[in-house]
Amino acid sequence: MKKLTLTALAIGAGSTSALAQEARTIDQAVNETFATITGPFVNFIFSPFPGTSFPWIVMWLVVAASLFTVYFGFIQVRGIRHSIQLVKGDYSDPNDAGEVSHFQALTTALSGTVGLGNIAGVAVAVSIGGPGATFWMILAGLLGMASKFTECTLGVKYRNEYADGTVSGGPMYYMSKGFAERGVPGGKILAVVFAIFCILGALGGGNMFQANQAHAQISGILGDFPGWITGIVFALVVFAVIVGGIKSIANVTEKVVPFMGLLYVGTALIILLLNFDKIGWAFGQIFDGAFTGLGVAGGFVGALIQGFKRAAFSNEAGVGSAAIAHSAVRTKEPITEGLVSLLEPFIDTVVICTMTALVITISGLLIIDPATGNFVLDGNSIKTVGDVSGVSLTSAAFATGFSWFPYVLAVAVVLFAFSTMISWSYYGLKAWTYLFGEGKTTELVFKVIFCIFVVIGASASLGPVIDFSDAAIFAMAVVNITALYVLMPIVKKEMKSYMSRLKSGEIKRFKH
Amino acid sequence: MSAKIVIGLDGSGSGERAVAYAKKQAKQIGKCELIAVYVIEWSPYSFQTPEENEERHKRREEEISAATSRIVAPVVDALKKDGFSARGIVKHGHVADLLNAVAVDEGADQIVVARSSEGGFASRVFGTSTANLVMTASVPVTVVG
Repeated sequence: MKKLTLTALAIGAGSTSALAQEARTIDQAVNETFATITGPFVNFIFSPFPGTSFPWIVMWLVVAASLFTVYFGFIQVRGIRHSIQLVKGDYSDPNDAGEVSHFQALTTALSGTVGLGNIAGVAVAVSIGGPGATFWMILAGLLGMASKFTECTLGVKYRNEYADGTVSGGPMYYMSKGFAERGVPGGKILAVVFAIFCILGALGGGNMFQANQAHAQISGILGDFPGWITGIVFALVVFAVIVGGIKSIANVTEKVVPFMGLLYVGTALIILLLNFDKIGWAFGQIFDGAFTGLGVAGGFVGALIQGFKRAAFSNEAGVGSAAIAHSAVRTKEPITEGLVSLLEPFIDTVVICTMTALVITISGLLIIDPATGNFVLDGNSIKTVGDVSGVSLTSAAFATGFSWFPYVLAVAVVLFAFSTMISWSYYGLKAWTYLFGEGKTTELVFKVIFCIFVVIGASASLGPVIDFSDAAIFAMAVVNITALYVLMPIVKKEMKSYMSRLKSGEIKRFKH
Repeated sequence: MSAKIVIGLDGSGSGERAVAYAKKQAKQIGKCELIAVYVIEWSPYSFQTPEENEERHKRREEEISAATSRIVAPVVDALKKDGFSARGIVKHGHVADLLNAVAVDEGADQIVVARSSEGGFASRVFGTSTANLVMTASVPVTVVG
């Protein structure tokens, strides 16, 4: 038996390159077919307003976030102090100890959003839109807090609680139940459309994109090797967690990821402190760039588009995914979960993304023409020292402070990718069970499909597939925000009632 | 008004020693209620996966019923059988904090716990639950060896 296995391994090793060749042609075929089928949809989602280069989908998210901000009376400013008190547990009834805490719901949702968007996405924004993009990114992050508040409140309010004590929530549930409650038709249809996009987004942006980038990062350090190897390893680990129920792996990740996040922010802070004389200059670049572009392609509009786009990619406000993650909290007041969730875009975008952008700006890797003070362009993006972009730019920028940081970053990227996959496997599963019903077999089918897509994502350069998966995530936002417009009066009613009871002292702080 | 003694249980043999000592005390006092408390270690600041969050309520109920039926109920039943006035409480949280909180809420006269059965690195760094209780308790604590 052992001999047979060894022979099989030898044959396997010998035919690896042949397999890789074959895989490449298969990739090409898949890419071409996929591009033809999905091209119109992708083009539609990312199409710009006529005569501009501004994608309408970005405008859709920003307009919604601004409207929610005004409609809820700048809840992200008024409510943030109370949000922090809620996370600290000041208002948690000690008799509810042992249930999911606000802190746990927040960190679970954060581990789904903090990831490649904060590291690679910001580098893309800054190298194309210049430091000015950071200003628009922060603004979009601040506005996005109101979108999260709206969707997460609804997520908790309309979740399903089952007899066995488990819960299922998310946009699908508030669309069907909330619309019915308001007497608005079409809720069920929206829910089904959302669920379909959510499954596609989970398999794409939440899975293939992550696997693909993780492989790129690993092969950047270990040297080039076939992606299916990374894919199979990742798929096996994901399989062990989501199918095998091996909690220990997930637990380790869930514990290491926040640590990595803190290490990342901490390192960025130290680099900034070491260069504190340049911080004023960096903020100057951010403000100047925000309104003039400092010579980037597309000028100030270019900076604005990049900033808004990357913020939306990174914090997922308005997409609806966080509403699924937050709905597990057992609270009597759905508004409390909305308040807690508004910290997410703040931590993800306003803090972490800004750190990345500042470090890149301060590192001096973006080449400036000393004569004009403008950036030197290389095609569409700013010329960088060593011609680096994406994750490599962030990595190089951090390396100017600490030469060992790229290794830590590589580990962080892999872990972030993994935790994002675990989160999205759950979001996808909730959408799947909404469509096909709860049950062990139906769940297993989705989980196996999810693992197969890990291998596909890591093994090929699936440009069109990744474009499509991004488009699917944004398509979720089209459906979700439509529902939020219909249901926002319900959130307002809840908010007014809660805030007045908080003011009157009916809602009490607990001594701990 | 009867006296009250809170007994900290940890599901091991040392918990039984605490019960035995509390019984002796109660006999001497005369009119005394014994409250057996078991705390399931839990922190609101741990990190969880979405799936764990979804099942948390169910798991909590299971944990409470398991702790009640396996640890607390047998002790309370045995105490009642011996003629003591007794009841049990199961809670989630930090052992030292909660034993003290229950004692304060119930107006107990003392807390009886056994010497800690914890060991290893963590207890050396952070101290044992018993040591923490002794340092922070608002009512007298008896540690049974």
